[in-house]
Amino acid sequence: MYFDFIGKRKWWYALSLLVIIPGLIAMVLHRPFLNYGIDFTGGNILEVKFHQTVNTAQVREVMDSLNLNQSSIQESGANEFLIRSKELDDNQVKQVTGALQSKLGQMEVIRNDHVGAVIGRELEIKALEAMALAWVLMIIYITLRFGDFLSGLTAILALVHDVLVVTGFFAFFRWEVDSGFVAALLTIIGYSVHDTIVIYDRVRENLRLRKRETFEEIVNKSINQTLRRSINTVVTVLIPLVALLVLGGESTKGLALAMLIGTISGCYSSIFNASPLWVDLRRLTRERHRQAAISKTAVKMENEAATKGKARKATPH
Amino acid sequence: MAGGKGAGGVLKLAVVFIAILALGLGTFKPLMNAMKLGLDLKGGVHVVAQAQSTPDHAVTAEDMAALERVMRDRVDQLGIAEPLIQKEGNDRLIIELAGVSNPEEAIKMIGKTAQLEFKTSDGQVVVTGKDLKDAKAIIDQATGEPEITLQFNAEGTKKFADVTQKLVNSYPYGDPRRAIGIYLDQQQLTNPQVQTAIPNGTARITGGFANFEEAANLAALLRGGALPVPVQLIEHRIVGPTLGADSLAKSKNAIIVSMVLIALFMLAMYRLPGVVAIFSLVIYALIILTALWLLKATITLPGIAGILLSVGMAVDANILIYERLREELRNGKTLRAAIDAGFRHAFVTIVDTNSNSILAAVVLYYLGSGAVRGFAINLGLGVLASFFTAVTLTRFLLHLVAEVPWFQGYGFYGVKGPDQQVPTVRGGA
Repeated sequence: MYFDFIGKRKWWYALSLLVIIPGLIAMVLHRPFLNYGIDFTGGNILEVKFHQTVNTAQVREVMDSLNLNQSSIQESGANEFLIRSKELDDNQVKQVTGALQSKLGQMEVIRNDHVGAVIGRELEIKALEAMALAWVLMIIYITLRFGDFLSGLTAILALVHDVLVVTGFFAFFRWEVDSGFVAALLTIIGYSVHDTIVIYDRVRENLRLRKRETFEEIVNKSINQTLRRSINTVVTVLIPLVALLVLGGESTKGLALAMLIGTISGCYSSIFNASPLWVDLRRLTRERHRQAAISKTAVKMENEAATKGKARKATPH
Repeated sequence: MAGGKGAGGVLKLAVVFIAILALGLGTFKPLMNAMKLGLDLKGGVHVVAQAQSTPDHAVTAEDMAALERVMRDRVDQLGIAEPLIQKEGNDRLIIELAGVSNPEEAIKMIGKTAQLEFKTSDGQVVVTGKDLKDAKAIIDQATGEPEITLQFNAEGTKKFADVTQKLVNSYPYGDPRRAIGIYLDQQQLTNPQVQTAIPNGTARITGGFANFEEAANLAALLRGGALPVPVQLIEHRIVGPTLGADSLAKSKNAIIVSMVLIALFMLAMYRLPGVVAIFSLVIYALIILTALWLLKATITLPGIAGILLSVGMAVDANILIYERLREELRNGKTLRAAIDAGFRHAFVTIVDTNSNSILAAVVLYYLGSGAVRGFAINLGLGVLASFFTAVTLTRFLLHLVAEVPWFQGYGFYGVKGPDQQVPTVRGGA
């Protein structure tokens, strides 16, 4: 027996909205709508390692004394701190390291990033352009391969869903968005569509072997037939992501986290959103076609009684 | 007869699998060691220099070429092996110096790109770096003193001739107003007196140098200051060697752990085909690493993430095939027929999914820059390599395994199914 994915689709849509809406609200409420890291806003990241025991409060005190109380300070290891601040010039950086050194003792600068604000904007714009173009090409490809514009459209809608979920999570929890996040989003749109295509491929195949099933039944059957593959694939992608998140360094955390959420969302949306949406949209458009056909035949029937048989075939009841 | 074939199959299987294993073990480490590591893994300095257009001069390709030459000069003076200097977009230069011992100093050296100005005593700018063609430190043959010779371009020559003529006419020798100060970054480098009018575009700065090295340094700065456009360092990232080593160790751990876990998962899920997938993935990893090595790609942290993900995709092709294989077996096909049918069906899907990824990779490559481009290359390579290994190697290995009489029970393929053996050879070996 197959699990009824299509029949319960209202619940799946609702679950998606439940996840997306808090993120959207967070985006509307916050200015800027995401917590942009220095890759976007410009600024400095200083990572220092003390040779003796130092805690976050002490580092904060030193930063406050330099009027840099907007800086975020984060412990990244034993006596290691990640200090994010607004854009500082070389003299200011020297002031900071000097003050840390003189007040808290011997330390080593293990990372010192300075990023201007221009790069971030360009990164963002280029990423959005790339995403938009990729989507258009994917819609065209899928439409051609599956002979139905709605298949391309719904596959991309599922991707929009994934982008909203990932962005929403980052907006809601105020996680920092860096260039890794952009790379993650781009990978998600290249990868999540896999799951959808695998299901649609099966739909196409099952349509060919179709007997008396409705389109809805065929889609449902196809999801069920490909379900094990969907789950197993996600597991094998999640394994390296979790490993990267747990074992990897600070600089790949954002990438891994975004990919993790995106991969799970991508698997979900292919099964629970894309295919049901395909069914819904197809029904909507077919319904309209059929209505049109019915009214046409009704006119014909009035005109000539001889076409009665044909008209009966076209009307559903 | 069946027995003979079976034994041959076992031998062939053993040889192929051992060969793959040996190839993997033998080449993996040297290949990894030959990889060029990015700054985030090795430590070093990453600088982005932006050439700025002014209202009366837009940055041209020639300007960028000149800038690149100057930067290369400076980096060479720092004595750094294998610096990376590359253009980004129309007006940016990326400079990466790996393993530099004093990163702050290096940035300062690179950053001395402010405009060179020649000013008269009343602060008027008479000639700028745009007008200077060359600056060289030499030892005066007559006195043995170090000095700098300046070579102006046509426009500069004219300007310099006019102003020196005027100064010589206006003030007596020794008057402080008869000097032309040379400023870099609004800082006076030197303030030489004008001895005579200089009409031919060649000037000398003599005296006041402690040694040749000082003169050479100043000449280098003048050459650097002779940039046609102002340049600003809009980004710099310094990664200390300890952080780099730490990141490298952490990524290596992440890679090893995920490989082992993926292998165990495939084994648990798909049994014998799972083993085939693992061997297929070894070759896949070798193809990817070799390709990156041939492309002289630099491995960075996001790059490693990309490669790890591509492994996930490579596994996907195997999973698609195996799920189909399992279905075909359940439908009662023989093993050989099931393998063929499984591949035939999965092939269409793999082509469709991979085409989309290629589409995405191509778009990212053309529209993206820097890290995004690197990502696109990894993605594209990964897709092509996984396609290749899945449809050729996995298939070949699977047939090889299926020919061995011992391995023909359905259980080996993760199917409970009908309690029958696949109706080919049995008990031959």
